[in-house]
Amino acid sequence: MKKGDVWFFDKDIYIKEYASCVGVKEGEGPLRDGFDVIGEDDRFGESTWEKAECRMFETACRKAVEKSGLSDSDIGCLIGGDLLNQCISTSFAARDLGFKTLGVYGACSTMAESMALGAALIEAGLEEYVLCAASSHFCTAERQYRYPLEYGGQRPQTSQWTATACGAVILGKEGKVRIKAACPGRVFDPGVRDVNNMGAAMAQAAYETLSRYFKDGEKKPEEHDLIVTGDLSEVGAAIVDKLFRLDGVNLGERYGDCGLMLFDRQKQDVHSGGSGCGCSAAVLCARILPRMIKHELKRVLFCPTGALLSPLSAAQGESIPGICHLICLEDAE
Amino acid sequence: MKLSTEEYKKLWQKKSPPSPWYKTVPAAFLTGGLICLLGQGIKSGFLSAGLSEKVSSAAVSCSLILLGVSLTALRIYDDIARFAGAGTLVPITGFANSIAAPAIEFKTEGFILGACVKMFTIAGPVLTLAVTSSVIYGVICWLGGVL
Repeated sequence: MKKGDVWFFDKDIYIKEYASCVGVKEGEGPLRDGFDVIGEDDRFGESTWEKAECRMFETACRKAVEKSGLSDSDIGCLIGGDLLNQCISTSFAARDLGFKTLGVYGACSTMAESMALGAALIEAGLEEYVLCAASSHFCTAERQYRYPLEYGGQRPQTSQWTATACGAVILGKEGKVRIKAACPGRVFDPGVRDVNNMGAAMAQAAYETLSRYFKDGEKKPEEHDLIVTGDLSEVGAAIVDKLFRLDGVNLGERYGDCGLMLFDRQKQDVHSGGSGCGCSAAVLCARILPRMIKHELKRVLFCPTGALLSPLSAAQGESIPGICHLICLEDAE
Repeated sequence: MKLSTEEYKKLWQKKSPPSPWYKTVPAAFLTGGLICLLGQGIKSGFLSAGLSEKVSSAAVSCSLILLGVSLTALRIYDDIARFAGAGTLVPITGFANSIAAPAIEFKTEGFILGACVKMFTIAGPVLTLAVTSSVIYGVICWLGGVL
């Protein structure tokens, strides 16, 4: 059922299983106990950073399938994406995985985009189980978007640290966490040109998607135990909080951001916080879903955010458009 | 609430923490000064070994470049730079790092199309402008001599 911008899933669609695979730095962070696989090094035994990200993607997907008890032939299709040009991490990992594959790109909002599309496929009765995944790797992102790793430049305080992480979930007709609704985002461009301040570029999109969900979904923020954005980190999360306060709404303690949860900002030198497709995907699988299964969280709004720029558009002086997709998760019991 | 672009800009600029200059400026001063001191020490060494003033200066530049490239290859330079900032960026060691770092990074795309092509992605503008301005300066000097 569609109401305004919100898709409500009438059939019972659940997260059957989930898994995450992360790099060394993420494995040393506060969520270390929640990850399924932590790499011994960020190369994951491969010769290039791109191959390493593929391996990490494949590992997370295989782990999710293994944990679910399903066989490969049960998986209807894989919907996934990453940050690299032409989405090579997803495509190259899918080459080895062998599933039907739909590659998607929503920058760091990719996990919610793939989950919304996966749930829609199951709702339509086209697939029974859909594997949704998103990944990012610090080293591949740095060399594509910024500087070589060994370059001795300093990062501004507003910059974020791209997570070396992949999260994968299997959607199906049984499970303990239900996907109740999705709100696909609209693209908003508040005119930010600073590529070292993605949080500011994406915050408005997060505010707009959440506002439309509260309006069209006829829900109030206080009806949710956790409202979590993807990777707005310190700057963007503060802006979202302020924008809602201007509306007279206090999100309060229930509001969080995956970029602030993945790393220990005091000890891990990540400046404003974490970012990347894998940031929200891994936090979902390592922290949010386990807490929902333990019934610590009953209803959660998972809202990954994406900065839709390319190195080319930034070099040409274009401002950075942002997007935010929302997934409403509920404890099934 | 719908904010105008200007209002939104004021908001995000207010929420964006500035660079902690009270830490970064002294760190840059200290590290940059130490590199200069090292350069002076090397120069004194070359002079006492019998090299001329002009040759010693060139030898100091070569030594510091070798040091910058070596520390980059050993993956140490960026760690120092994280503390030092402009202190390691401005001296000639920073220039060496800016060429060595992409050469190491892009060698996975091959020696020619990776390392050689990408080697000057950061230092390229400096080289282009330096060569161009030296040519212009040379022409001006030549014209001054002719006239």
